[in-house]
Amino acid sequence: MKNRLKVLRAERDWSQGDLAERLDVSRQSVNAIETGRYDPSLPLAFRIARLFELPVEAIFDSDD
Amino acid sequence: MASRNAAQRRYNYRVLGLSLAYAAALIGAGFVFQASRPEGPLAWLLALLPALPLVGIFIAMGRYLVEERDEYLRAIESRKALIATGFMLIVTTCWGFLQSFDQVPRVDFYWAAILWFGGLGLGGCVTRLAR
Repeated sequence: MKNRLKVLRAERDWSQGDLAERLDVSRQSVNAIETGRYDPSLPLAFRIARLFELPVEAIFDSDD
Repeated sequence: MASRNAAQRRYNYRVLGLSLAYAAALIGAGFVFQASRPEGPLAWLLALLPALPLVGIFIAMGRYLVEERDEYLRAIESRKALIATGFMLIVTTCWGFLQSFDQVPRVDFYWAAILWFGGLGLGGCVTRLAR
């Protein structure tokens, strides 16, 4: 699954650690999601969407 | 586990304590068996003593997976445990048949636990390579 997490984070000038702290997850989690190595669960995807005040589909996009 | 969150710290303390308990139980049981050749229920109890901390380590691993709040880290550690379990099952199954046909020496069952711990390391390598 593709996502715009890195772009959205860069727009706010947040480090991976900053975003991880705001989401209450590890920095490794943020890195894995950004690089497409891990697809977050639905609750975490909604938490990310709420943090960026965007709908989930504006951040995550299915590959197909 | 590079960074240390609360669940990881608890896991590390538990494993450290249980590892020390294992070493003490193993040395203690070996000493008693050498010195007095116990028999009956006492011998069973003493022989089982070193196994109990190892059982504790398996439970500690399970508790860590329950207590870990970070879903990515939980997924990584679950994957490592699955790889370790698969590795241990493959080696013990193959060795078991080789042993049945007298092609290899007889090996104590507790090697399954040692293989599983080795499998955790293998799981860590596989996970790193997959990144």
